[in-house]
Amino acid sequence: MLSRTAENLFWMARYMERAEATARLLTMGQRMAILPGAHHRDEWRSVVRATGALNHFPEGGQVTESDAIAFLMLDLDNPSSIRSCLLKARANAKSARTMLTQDMWEALNEGWRKLDSYDVAEARQQLPALIDWVKTRVMTFRGAAHSGQLRNEGHDFLRTGSALERAQMTLRLLDVKYYVLLPETEVVGGNRDHYQWTSVLYALSGARAFHHIYGGTYTPWQITDFLMLNRLFPRSVAYCYDQLAYRLNRLAGWHDARASCHDTVREMVADLEQLDSGEIFRVGLHETVQNGLMTTNRLGAEIAQAYHFG
Amino acid sequence: MPFHEMFEPDGSIRPCYAEVQNWVERTGIAGLNRRMDEAEAIFRRIGITFAVYGEGGDPERLIPFDLLPRIFTGQEWRVLDRGIRQRARALNAFLHDVYHRGEIVKAGIMPADIVYRNNAYLPEMADFTPPGKVYSHIVGIDIVRTGPTRFEVLEDNCRTPSGVSYMLENREIMTRMFPELFEQGMVAPVDDYPAELLKSLKEVAPPACKGDPVVVVLTPGSLNSAYYEHSFLADLMGVELVEPADLFVDEDRVWMKTTLGPKAVDVIYRRIDDEYIDPLVFRPDSLLGVPGIFNVYRNGGVTLASAPGSGIADDKAVYIYVPEMIRFYLGEQPILDNIQTWQCSKPDERTYVLENLYELVAKEVHGSGGYGMLIGPKSTRDEVAAYAERIKANPHEFIAQPTLDLSTVPTLGPAAVVGRHADFRPYCLVGKQIRLVPGGLTRVALTEGSLVVNSSQGGGVKDTWVLQD
Repeated sequence: MLSRTAENLFWMARYMERAEATARLLTMGQRMAILPGAHHRDEWRSVVRATGALNHFPEGGQVTESDAIAFLMLDLDNPSSIRSCLLKARANAKSARTMLTQDMWEALNEGWRKLDSYDVAEARQQLPALIDWVKTRVMTFRGAAHSGQLRNEGHDFLRTGSALERAQMTLRLLDVKYYVLLPETEVVGGNRDHYQWTSVLYALSGARAFHHIYGGTYTPWQITDFLMLNRLFPRSVAYCYDQLAYRLNRLAGWHDARASCHDTVREMVADLEQLDSGEIFRVGLHETVQNGLMTTNRLGAEIAQAYHFG
Repeated sequence: MPFHEMFEPDGSIRPCYAEVQNWVERTGIAGLNRRMDEAEAIFRRIGITFAVYGEGGDPERLIPFDLLPRIFTGQEWRVLDRGIRQRARALNAFLHDVYHRGEIVKAGIMPADIVYRNNAYLPEMADFTPPGKVYSHIVGIDIVRTGPTRFEVLEDNCRTPSGVSYMLENREIMTRMFPELFEQGMVAPVDDYPAELLKSLKEVAPPACKGDPVVVVLTPGSLNSAYYEHSFLADLMGVELVEPADLFVDEDRVWMKTTLGPKAVDVIYRRIDDEYIDPLVFRPDSLLGVPGIFNVYRNGGVTLASAPGSGIADDKAVYIYVPEMIRFYLGEQPILDNIQTWQCSKPDERTYVLENLYELVAKEVHGSGGYGMLIGPKSTRDEVAAYAERIKANPHEFIAQPTLDLSTVPTLGPAAVVGRHADFRPYCLVGKQIRLVPGGLTRVALTEGSLVVNSSQGGGVKDTWVLQD
């Protein structure tokens, strides 16, 4: 497979994951904004922060719902906005079109300029419908890849991209919540905490799954266990890293060659297996998450190097 | 009155259109128009678009599709088929000749200037013979019909004729929407075109090729107006679609960069222009292209399809001599006629053109896609006068042709079937054998009376049927 094609598939999957993640974050923001005391917590700032765009809004002023929707959904200057992600995913797909099934292409091509016609006021009014639309696009795309794409290396590059992006998003959310939450809370696990932590679960579409596994109580330890270490939850860091290890091993098999990315992923999987949530809090949640983010970023660069991306 | 492909002058239906007429009556015009909207939605969804540069608005446009097929009888097709193959053979013989001994010039049939002082002539190709002596591997010939039995060639396209994806997709849409029309098996299939193309390309593998030839399609990139077609053809042939930056030259071979490391490439079906192939040879200022590829080509390490320099055979000034080429190289009488053409470079022909410009079609020799032409009868007095001044300033840049009584094909209007002017482009494949699928692309002018069928000028496309006897 052409290196450029592999790179396009990898990034196409990342952009689609990111578009969906941002859509879920917007849902979370709206949900949190209607809870008591939302104004003081500046929920929308933490939503923006979770996308990695830390510096876009200066400290001090309030980030309004309109600001957040404009920035995260529509703004083409924001490379992580939903609109940017969908356009870039389609451009990647167009460039690697011969590696996509017709259904995958159609999922990306359907209404690809839809968001061009929205201004902030309309987008705000139609937010739930737009979010549903984005999620449907992403899920149709994912389903088309899952059910139709050849299980060749192209599929492995695609799945590597989505697993990497997912791991990163889950880690970032944990980190944001650490920042937003811990400094202002005396007792970890207090009442106000509750909203914050459940919001993380909602942002990852994991609230119901969490109940089924841990029962009705929220504790930071359990939620951290769920999001970092629980291999049943497909957005947990451990699950994503298992996927990365599996996909990268398959790529090593196709190419009969290993590279530094294979060592990195193996070490990270081993680290995650040794951890429990008690250990995470002893070491420090922030430190653990920061290390995870650094490893994940490095892994992305190593994959690009191993397979001769651009 | 121009020849109408569906109706006889007395209003009765020509027999080859009888089935279509039944279908129109069964479905009704309103029903057909509804299906037309469905067809457009399908085209849009699967992304069959072409890009239009620099006009703002939607950068990826649909070519309007018309539901009513254009039909050739088996008998008509047999004439076309022989004529097209004959022309493709003569054009390739001509290319070999002008890059070697130049017999046609020495014999006094063609003036040397037209060939050797032409921009499309590449001195770098002199004395080199591409694998299989094939220069133009895909010959697209634009044909118009001017009477019940009369077909004339409007133009030859020996470089990278586009539009074949529409031939295939139009058929795909028609069979999807109207399976009942195809159930009787009266329409000859065209869907083996990609397989035939791949066969033809493999047949011209270079001397350095070992084993099964590795074929790729080379595109300038996803912003190119014909990118959809490039990816479509690569997909249907099951070969890689590469961009120049995916290729490099090393040790007298061309390689593509893959996740497994470099892989040698044997045959490149290139959809980029000569001047962008190799910046070391043609355009040092270009960022496109593969440095050193031309040298590898000349040393037998790779095949370029079509060969650089093939454009000399489809130049509008050279076109005039194609019937002579057929007699000279093949010793045969031309099966398809040329359209009468006046060369403004010749003083007495120029005088005739300038005096009659208001009733002629004048074209730039190097123009393409309907740009820069003057349709005398449809132009104002001022436009004609301005064009005349351009001809006087650079006479060798212009040719002129009579406005033809082009046939009209049935086209779906809002309330009735109407007649619209059309042309036809079949795609002739040249490898060790010559291959031609029974069909091609019919382009139709959607405005009443208009003669301009180019997609860049708002023309549409329709399915083309060759009936099996």
